[in-house]
Amino acid sequence: MKYQTPSTSKEAAVLIQSEPGQAFVLAGGTDLMVRMKGRFVEPDLLVDIKHISAMQSIKKLATGFRIGAAVSAAEMGENTSLKKTWPGVVESANLIGSDQIQNRCTIAGNLCNASPAADAVPALIAAGAKVNVVGAQRRRTVAVERIITGPGTTSLRKGEVVEAITLPKRPPKSGDAYLRFTPRSEMDIAVVGAGVSLTLDSKMVIKSARVALGAVAPTPLLVPAAAQAIVGTKLNKAALNLLAQACCAACNPIDDKRGTIEFRTEVAGVLAQRAAKMAYQRARGK
Amino acid sequence: MNDYVIPEKLRVVGTTPIRPDGHDKVTGRAKFGDDFHLPGMLHGKVLRSPHAHARIKSIDTSHAETFPGVHAVVTAADFPKISSNVIDAGEAGQIDMQDVADNCIAREKVFYDGHAVAAVAADNAHIAEEAANLIQVDYELLDPVMDVRSAMADNATVLHDNFLPGAFLAPTEKALPNASKLELAMGDVSAGFDEADIIIEREFTTETVHQGYIETHIVTAQWGANGMVTVWTTTQGQFAIRDQLALVLELPMSAITVIPLEIGGGFGGKDSIYIDPLAVVLSKQSGRPVKMVMSRAETLRATGPSSGTYIKARLGVKIDGTLVAAEFHGAYEAGAYSGGPVAPGVSTALTRYNIPNVKIEGYDVLVNKPKVKPYRAPGATPSNFAVETMIDELCRELKLDPVEFRLHNALKTGDRLVLGFPCPEIGGVEILKAVQNHAHYQSDIGGPHRGRGLAYGFWFGAGLPSSADLMVNSDGTVQLCSGSPDMSGTRITLAMQAAEALGIEPNDIFPSVGDTASVGYSFQTVASRTTFATGIAVYQAAQDILAQMAERAALIWQIATDNILIDGGRFVNKTNVQQCFTFKELAGKLVGTGGPIAARALASPEGVGFQITAHLVDLAVDTETGKVDILRYTAFQDAGKAVHPDFVEGQIQGGTVQGIGWALNEEYFYDGAGHLKNTSLLDYRMPTILDVPNIEAVILERPNPGHPYGVRGVGEVPIVPPAAAIANALYDAVGIRMNTLPMTPAKILDKLNSITD
Ligand SMILES: Cc1cc2nc3c(=O)[nH]c(=O)nc-3n(C[C@H](O)[C@H](O)[C@H](O)COP(=O)(O)OP(=O)(O)OC[C@H]3O[C@@H](n4cnc5c(N)ncnc54)[C@H](O)[C@@H]3O)c2cc1C
Repeated sequence: MKYQTPSTSKEAAVLIQSEPGQAFVLAGGTDLMVRMKGRFVEPDLLVDIKHISAMQSIKKLATGFRIGAAVSAAEMGENTSLKKTWPGVVESANLIGSDQIQNRCTIAGNLCNASPAADAVPALIAAGAKVNVVGAQRRRTVAVERIITGPGTTSLRKGEVVEAITLPKRPPKSGDAYLRFTPRSEMDIAVVGAGVSLTLDSKMVIKSARVALGAVAPTPLLVPAAAQAIVGTKLNKAALNLLAQACCAACNPIDDKRGTIEFRTEVAGVLAQRAAKMAYQRARGK
Repeated sequence: MNDYVIPEKLRVVGTTPIRPDGHDKVTGRAKFGDDFHLPGMLHGKVLRSPHAHARIKSIDTSHAETFPGVHAVVTAADFPKISSNVIDAGEAGQIDMQDVADNCIAREKVFYDGHAVAAVAADNAHIAEEAANLIQVDYELLDPVMDVRSAMADNATVLHDNFLPGAFLAPTEKALPNASKLELAMGDVSAGFDEADIIIEREFTTETVHQGYIETHIVTAQWGANGMVTVWTTTQGQFAIRDQLALVLELPMSAITVIPLEIGGGFGGKDSIYIDPLAVVLSKQSGRPVKMVMSRAETLRATGPSSGTYIKARLGVKIDGTLVAAEFHGAYEAGAYSGGPVAPGVSTALTRYNIPNVKIEGYDVLVNKPKVKPYRAPGATPSNFAVETMIDELCRELKLDPVEFRLHNALKTGDRLVLGFPCPEIGGVEILKAVQNHAHYQSDIGGPHRGRGLAYGFWFGAGLPSSADLMVNSDGTVQLCSGSPDMSGTRITLAMQAAEALGIEPNDIFPSVGDTASVGYSFQTVASRTTFATGIAVYQAAQDILAQMAERAALIWQIATDNILIDGGRFVNKTNVQQCFTFKELAGKLVGTGGPIAARALASPEGVGFQITAHLVDLAVDTETGKVDILRYTAFQDAGKAVHPDFVEGQIQGGTVQGIGWALNEEYFYDGAGHLKNTSLLDYRMPTILDVPNIEAVILERPNPGHPYGVRGVGEVPIVPPAAAIANALYDAVGIRMNTLPMTPAKILDKLNSITD
């Protein structure tokens, strides 16, 4: 097995593309190392992206935030400006594993690992995040919900590397939230996750919203019907009920050691309601 | 049985000195299993069955043998084929050594997912693992039997054509193709139920759980040039490992030395052999020392969990709250080989109440899961869960206070037990009164969906053989060596008892754990016995030391030994009280007066005393998700005498946390084909520090007359009542009666939905 530490995204992409065997990007390694140890993957090449400067920082731009693919979840938690603007996104990253895991892991890794239960992904989908992808030949920008195609599979082509994840510029009176359900308080995998991002008008009526769910289908889901249920409302009881119904209707979960179909479906609605209420409070507070 | 006169005032016992092994443990210097290395050591790995139940048709090891870096490959064919031989393994019950051998390495059939089939020793663990995967095993698949009720059903697939029923405490008899049975009875149950005004009958199920020790099984073995075997391992009992190895490998016990390393948790699960004989034979074949380290997944798949159960119970009570009759049926998983914890499980089900008419039936049931092992009060948690939730139901039905009800029916000293003997000294009434008087019980619970639950719990513990050596150094310090591995601070609790007896300070005593070649035979550190039983051995050895030292003082003063008064570490000439030696002074004179002094005691005390406890818990339920949040927890327990109160508190807190895990989340999750699906601590959900509140331990001290300082076992009973206490609190909070463990959020939500629908 070879191990490389390129200094540009392009180099990383080229290395991976020209490797005839199995090549993997290594970010925090908190998924990849576990899979290697369990012999689920046996890479021929590891490309460590932590030495690529374009991936190392969080930048506040006129267009929003740009989070480098090698930025750890812990660094996100320490960025007060990011935290203030996107509290839900930061909370989702700071729910991953434990302090030790967060010191290593990245949200790009969380996304590219493509687990249906990845915590950061529903929050990023709700936030309308975009992914900057660098290939050996060209760059492209993709909506975050277009990346994961199924459990463990992505739309990234061989040699394509995520360089950064961007969050759009935030209008005033906006808020987001992410909540997950785990039987244990920490060190657990989401049985259900729900992310909501919304913006209010001057009368505190929801002007726009995005709702996303995790762990209730083969991929994290954007649920437009759930957003529609609350847009134009002040999140009254009827709106909340419709939100929950739309979420439950979107669920297509599995029965496994982590949760039953009935449980995941029911709790998806509950968490979406709670996340919506939190996001709404945050939007009002601004 | 000895009845000791317990001193009114104790000088050392009851204080909280710092344990001598503590610093090295917290700074990483202590040597646990994986810290041990030998020059030239090879690494062994096991090939395990991917099937829950299959016949082994053939094993081809040729590819593994020729793989570069491999030094030895073994299968069952490399081990002696031993005949049936049932031994008494204490808390692990009557075990057939043929089963133990077969469990270490499968011979004709594999009986569970993870059953060892072959092992490889190689230059490093990676090569060993790679090579193990090259071994080809041809299996003929058989239907797996995954729970007690299907194992007991007509036409169930049979695991073993023959098996010797085993259990501890009470014998069982083969009753079904996959099960053996025991019965206990007292009084006349049908007459008892006739007398009852209210009768309830309920069914319960509980899932298989693991002890969850953080250190996995790790062993290093060396087959010496002279045929002598040395084994370094992390175990609850070096002698148990030695004896089992000798029987399985057909070696004389004297040819094997087992050296216990520090142990990172056991809770009953590290009392017997698994990879040990594999490492020994791999070392024999390769001529090199071999180390084997089990992964977490291997530990969960292939080492002793505790039984899943099916329970059906019936209780009869009079309108005034008097329990008059009880019937208890418990079917406990034995795992792949017979001999689970059914007897202590069912016989402690009711023992804490004085019920005149009782009928108990227990089944030890073979299923395609790893052979179960003792786990802290083996078998008692499921039976307690059943009975205590039923008692709670009766209290509500009769509108009786749960403490008053239990006080009214409490088992008292001298009451007849279903096991046929009168109840020894027991402090149940005191425990229940302590609950009533505690601020927690009197506090307001506040808030919606909050509830409070009480459960009352019982466990026996055991005495069993222990040894201790004491040797006096010329500076007055003392070496203490026992055969009991230190899992919970027993080095210091034993040193404290020696210090108390000898009249010196605990830090003048250096306590150590001896290997099988250097200390007298001792049973494992199990059954809440070490501070009690090894403590008695220490006490006896100390009496011997004092007598020998008195003789020396008499010799020096030229008086009769009778004239020496031993008083608080001083030796006084009764005929001339000016003449007096301190322990240290006299220690300095031993060499000149006939040589150094040492003493050994081998004790097998019986009066371990009963363990009795009550747990009180407050919790909140998230009624939309079924999540339980434990708000406050108080555990009341009779310690007899808490030798080191901090460690008693630690035992109470640790056992309670394990009980909380069992109650809420922990379970073996098998798929339909019998594959264990949650083989990591991510998915085998033991509580984390955020899942439990501070657990307040209220220690009562009602001295046990069976110990010179009044000590009782304390380690096991804390795991008994948590599940029931939490279930009762759930009812109080949201009106649901749970009859299954674990009480996961999904099950709670389901029950909530069923009552609101
Ligand atoms: C103990 C423990 C607890 C955990 N708890 C949680 C949890 O609570 N919630 C949760 O969601 N996850 C959890 N995880 C999983 C894991 O920590 C997260 O998914 C994490 O975000 C992965 O990030 P990483 O940087 O470590 O990814 P890595 O392991 O480095 O990579 C993951 C995958 O993505 C690919 N990849 C990484 N970066 C890129 C990139 N820039 N471009 C293209 N491909 C890339 C890698 O090749 C690999 O296939 C846990 C893991 C452990 C070990």
